[in-house]
Amino acid sequence: MPATIIETNDTPFKKIDIDPVTLDIIENALRNARIEMDATLVRTAMSPGIREQGDAFPLIADHTGKMIVGQFGSFIDGFLRLYDGTLEDGDMIFLSDPYSCDGAVSHNNDWLILLPIFKDGRLIAYTAMFGHQSDIGGKVVGSMPIDAKSIFEEGVRIPPVKIWKKGEYNEDLMKLVMHQTRKPDWCQADLNAIIASCRVAARRVIEMADRFGDDVYVSATQELLARNHRAMKTLIGQAIGEEPVSFEDYICDDGIGAGPYKIKCTMRREGEKVILDFEGTDPQSGASINFLLNENMFKMFFGIYMIMVFDPQILFNDGFYDLIEVRIPEGSLLKPKFPAALSGRTHALGRIFDILGGLLGQKTPEFLNAAGFSSSPHLFYSGNDKNGDWFQLFQIGFGGIPGRPLGDGPDGHSLWPGFTNVPNEFLERYFPLRIERYETAQDSGGAGLHRGGNGIHLTYRFLAGGTISIHDDRWFVPPWGVNGGEPGKRARKILEKADGTSTIVANKVEEITVAEGDQLHFVTWGGGGWGNPLERDPEMVALEIRQGLVSVDGAREYGVVMASDGTVDQSATSSLRADMASKIVETDSPFNFGPDIETLRANCLEETGLPAPIQPGHIAA
Amino acid sequence: MGYRLGVDVGGTFTDLLLFNDETGQFWRTKTPSTPHDSSEGILNGVNAICEDADVKASEIEYFLHGTTVATNAVLEGKGAKVGLITTEGYRDIMQIARSFVPGGLAAWIIWPKPQPLAALEDTVTVKERMGADGEEVRPLDEASVTTAIEYLKKQGVEAVTVSLMNAYTNGAHESRIGEMVAAEMPDVPYSLSHEVLPEMQEYERTLTTVANAAVRPVVSNYVSSLRAKLADAGMAGRFSLLRSDGGLMSSQKAEEHPVNILMSGPAGGVTGAVWVAKNAGLKNILTLDVGGTSTDVALIEKLEPRRVRTTEVGHLSVRASSLDVKTVGAGGGSIAYVPELTGALRVGPQSAGAVPGPVAYGKGGEEPTVTDANVVLGYLPENLLGGSFQLDREGAKKSVQKIADALGIDLMAAARGIIDIVNENMFGALRMISVQQGYDPRHFALMGFGGAGPLHVNAVARLMGSWPAVSPVSPGVLCALGDATTRMRTETARSFSRLATTTDASELIAILKEMADQTRAELLSDGVAEEDLTSEFEIDVRYAGQAFEVPLTITPEVLERDGIDGILARFDEEHHRLFTFNMDTPHEIVNLRAVAMGQSLNLPAAELPKGNGDPSDAKIRDHKLWMDGAEQDGAIYDRAKLKQGDVINGPAVIVEMDSTTLIETGCVGEVDAVGNILINLAEGQ
Repeated sequence: MPATIIETNDTPFKKIDIDPVTLDIIENALRNARIEMDATLVRTAMSPGIREQGDAFPLIADHTGKMIVGQFGSFIDGFLRLYDGTLEDGDMIFLSDPYSCDGAVSHNNDWLILLPIFKDGRLIAYTAMFGHQSDIGGKVVGSMPIDAKSIFEEGVRIPPVKIWKKGEYNEDLMKLVMHQTRKPDWCQADLNAIIASCRVAARRVIEMADRFGDDVYVSATQELLARNHRAMKTLIGQAIGEEPVSFEDYICDDGIGAGPYKIKCTMRREGEKVILDFEGTDPQSGASINFLLNENMFKMFFGIYMIMVFDPQILFNDGFYDLIEVRIPEGSLLKPKFPAALSGRTHALGRIFDILGGLLGQKTPEFLNAAGFSSSPHLFYSGNDKNGDWFQLFQIGFGGIPGRPLGDGPDGHSLWPGFTNVPNEFLERYFPLRIERYETAQDSGGAGLHRGGNGIHLTYRFLAGGTISIHDDRWFVPPWGVNGGEPGKRARKILEKADGTSTIVANKVEEITVAEGDQLHFVTWGGGGWGNPLERDPEMVALEIRQGLVSVDGAREYGVVMASDGTVDQSATSSLRADMASKIVETDSPFNFGPDIETLRANCLEETGLPAPIQPGHIAA
Repeated sequence: MGYRLGVDVGGTFTDLLLFNDETGQFWRTKTPSTPHDSSEGILNGVNAICEDADVKASEIEYFLHGTTVATNAVLEGKGAKVGLITTEGYRDIMQIARSFVPGGLAAWIIWPKPQPLAALEDTVTVKERMGADGEEVRPLDEASVTTAIEYLKKQGVEAVTVSLMNAYTNGAHESRIGEMVAAEMPDVPYSLSHEVLPEMQEYERTLTTVANAAVRPVVSNYVSSLRAKLADAGMAGRFSLLRSDGGLMSSQKAEEHPVNILMSGPAGGVTGAVWVAKNAGLKNILTLDVGGTSTDVALIEKLEPRRVRTTEVGHLSVRASSLDVKTVGAGGGSIAYVPELTGALRVGPQSAGAVPGPVAYGKGGEEPTVTDANVVLGYLPENLLGGSFQLDREGAKKSVQKIADALGIDLMAAARGIIDIVNENMFGALRMISVQQGYDPRHFALMGFGGAGPLHVNAVARLMGSWPAVSPVSPGVLCALGDATTRMRTETARSFSRLATTTDASELIAILKEMADQTRAELLSDGVAEEDLTSEFEIDVRYAGQAFEVPLTITPEVLERDGIDGILARFDEEHHRLFTFNMDTPHEIVNLRAVAMGQSLNLPAAELPKGNGDPSDAKIRDHKLWMDGAEQDGAIYDRAKLKQGDVINGPAVIVEMDSTTLIETGCVGEVDAVGNILINLAEGQ
């Protein structure tokens, strides 16, 4: 049963011809409203995840649920299809269960608020925002147990419910929900922030409709969608061929021994339509790395990548959705069957962006980027401090942006928009921690004419005993280079005990006990390189040695030999470069994936200190 | 009798305003800026204005100056070569820059990462560590300092900055390194982060310290050379510079702490607006400063401009107080275009700049700009006053026609479309500083200044519902006026980071008092008299766990009287106004600041002769302009000939030396006693 929308005014909106200037003004005003949503959220949210990392995503949609501004695309049509209830003035929907909204949010940690905006008895727009909650209960701190066998182990699971019903707040519901989490203070503040943001957007939409007239406003949203449709149609025609192209990449492991998991996507154009088919993607995991990928969200990612890669001038909205068809096999990693666990979906979500880059740039290498920092490695640290007070920390890691057509990839940055690190002095002030090191990981960026960005070498010293959990990736399958660039270095974690002994820490682990004085070295991966490293200016390589970004040994990947006085040894460099150039094997593929999976497996223990993962499917789900 | 001279150096013109602080009489002049050495243009202007006013340079008591010299040093990367010494493990602090990539999803693809202000090859680390509690974790290894200093010497750095982890809680290691740098590199200035900014957040503190050091030599050279030239010209008065926060600081202090004058330029217009507002009997003002490439907006409530704790310069966000000025890339030179794929009308942020400039300027510009649209519509008459500057209306029409063709509309509709879009962009910026901060713009007047502000102020006021729209007296030199009419100010800040429940009011008051004494001593040493000094405290409060603090201004008396509960009640009220909710979470007192200010000047404004309400004497000619979808009959007036009480019905254009005011149809402008034009909706509109 789809949702029933109750309107007290049944006059349909009149279609009005909109002059181009009014149209642009309305688009601009909607964009400003969305910026206001972001600003409101960041200022009032409380968990470091939302505050510093801006891990929250707003949208404003038209009266049919199509996104006009935002960045993750609209899930509203899917929600309406699945929601067996009414929507009327004064209602506000709250949900977190991915399975009851078609993957609009992809794990229980993301709390979503959907606010239908009514004006004079008619539904005129929607606004929505979801944000990542630091803890929603469940069996582990942070609520993302990597070894969960089903979603029932992953904290409180909220189906679409009305937090406000016809203007009345459902206090009992919120008491029940907040009772489930270890951090009700953060959850309440973050939820308040999300609601405040949605209310701001609703006010702006109503003001706009007042200013221009309801019919003009609604007609303008339709024309904005149509305009985007026309622009994308042209762009698709220009940039995407009818001949299929495929790209595949991997999630290194699932935390319970299996991996790597292949994600494969094939793209082709049929007439004006693009087909994106994930046939060939590995089956779902028995652990929690599954990613319930909403088709519309993927259309939006695809559209944004098209625009960023080929023509950053276009403003994106949902208007182009019917130009794209997404096919995801049932039971695969990207469309797992209920009740598969989903909390560890961040890696597949991130990897999607490497896949998009590889797909879109393949036939146009001048637009191609290498593999980037396509995930959000997590660290959880919790325990009781010296006063016996409970603390818990959830940190996201940063790494190497890949070599790009534009130039080098920035070192130690983020793939996600607007994310910033939490200041280390803040961490040291409020958590029993000392950050002994916060530098880029030398040589970790892939060599190239445009160097991949270095990852980060972050050393935590724990000042109170407790437990840590880690969700990381790209430790097994390297981040690939393009157009002659080398892959970046893989991620690694080392636990250095207070007694001086060190152990390699696995990639996805739960609840390792740490003692006061222990140090964790969390080293993230570098971005892949872009272009032939032998063409990089040797003086630039020499400068980066002085800067500590590249080592003297690392310089040899660029064919650069340093003299003992720190200058470039010109003649040795020339001969090394000539020698290396003669060994380059010409290929048709613009990609350099490094060794194949079997070779990676064979050398895994020796190279990473960890046993190789076993081919997925060999472990019972 | 005393004279105050305000001087604002812009990219194209240097504006000067000489003010007689007894009569309120003033003289203004504009001379071409001399970018290779701004002091040349200033001296030319000083000579011109003194001659004009028949005043000797020696009679000028105060030389008050807003400058972009520090801003440009940052924007153009022309600051000093700064060496940075930081804690072991933190060499890449400026390189990583908090990992922030601006823009939306996938924006990293097209983001050119700026180079750090202290080059990575000039950044070194030393072995030491302070804890977050201020206790020493590891002592300073002086051998590592010696090595670091040797290296920086070899690198040839021109300034050294020291920024160590947790130095805001204990600056002992920084101080010791400072001594060693002073001994080893006696000719190189050094600065310590715990002195420049004793606040938490290592990146922001480091960046602020580095920015200060980077611009110091540039500012110092500039200030001392200007000081010498002014002395040669016979000027013996006090020389002060305008701070980013709208106060004045002595030129000596500015040399030491140039980070406080990074946004000196835009602050001038806002302080000028405060003075104009006072004289026009207005208390709440939104400002609209429209230049060639961008527009600055700010909010003034009860004659106090809003301040923020950061100064944004280019991509850098430095921790120094500044007026809350938002900038949008929309100005007279903004280029209009229609992208092929979308067929949308876009205006800016690309700008034709000063060269080639708008098509109408006839300097080789070919792309249609906002100015061209204003010319096409008749808002900017072809013959500007004096006739020295002829506008090419035909050229402007031809360029705007390209837009009309691409959109399939007629020429005038396209021109008005360009104006509507650019007005909308300004409107967006104004909303950010008003509605989004919980202010209702209908309680504010809108003041337009800068070359093109008075052209747009009427239309934008209509969008905002902010009346009257004000075209202030001498809108083209309002910055210089602001320089001349504001007061001395200084502040000091420190981190506090404690829960309100565990804070003892008397302890808080003692710390604030110590900070207040420090700031008062600073102004006393700059020659401000004890009896003219006032102090204020600012206390940043948040709900524990939030990242965003609400700054609350409080006087010492109120703090004594209401104590901490009084502060918290103020915070809850402010939080509710900003975000519409309060929480049960405990309050945290985050930062403390003490502000000392010199005397607030009660400078009078000179009155215009009284008229009879009829502006006919000032009328130059009849004029046709295009508005509300049709050609309209209007008139052009000479602003210099307007009298107080004159009433001008729109549509009308009022021209003066360096600015043009547009009154739209359905609106009426009235000249107030001191020459401001206040525009309101006509009766029945």
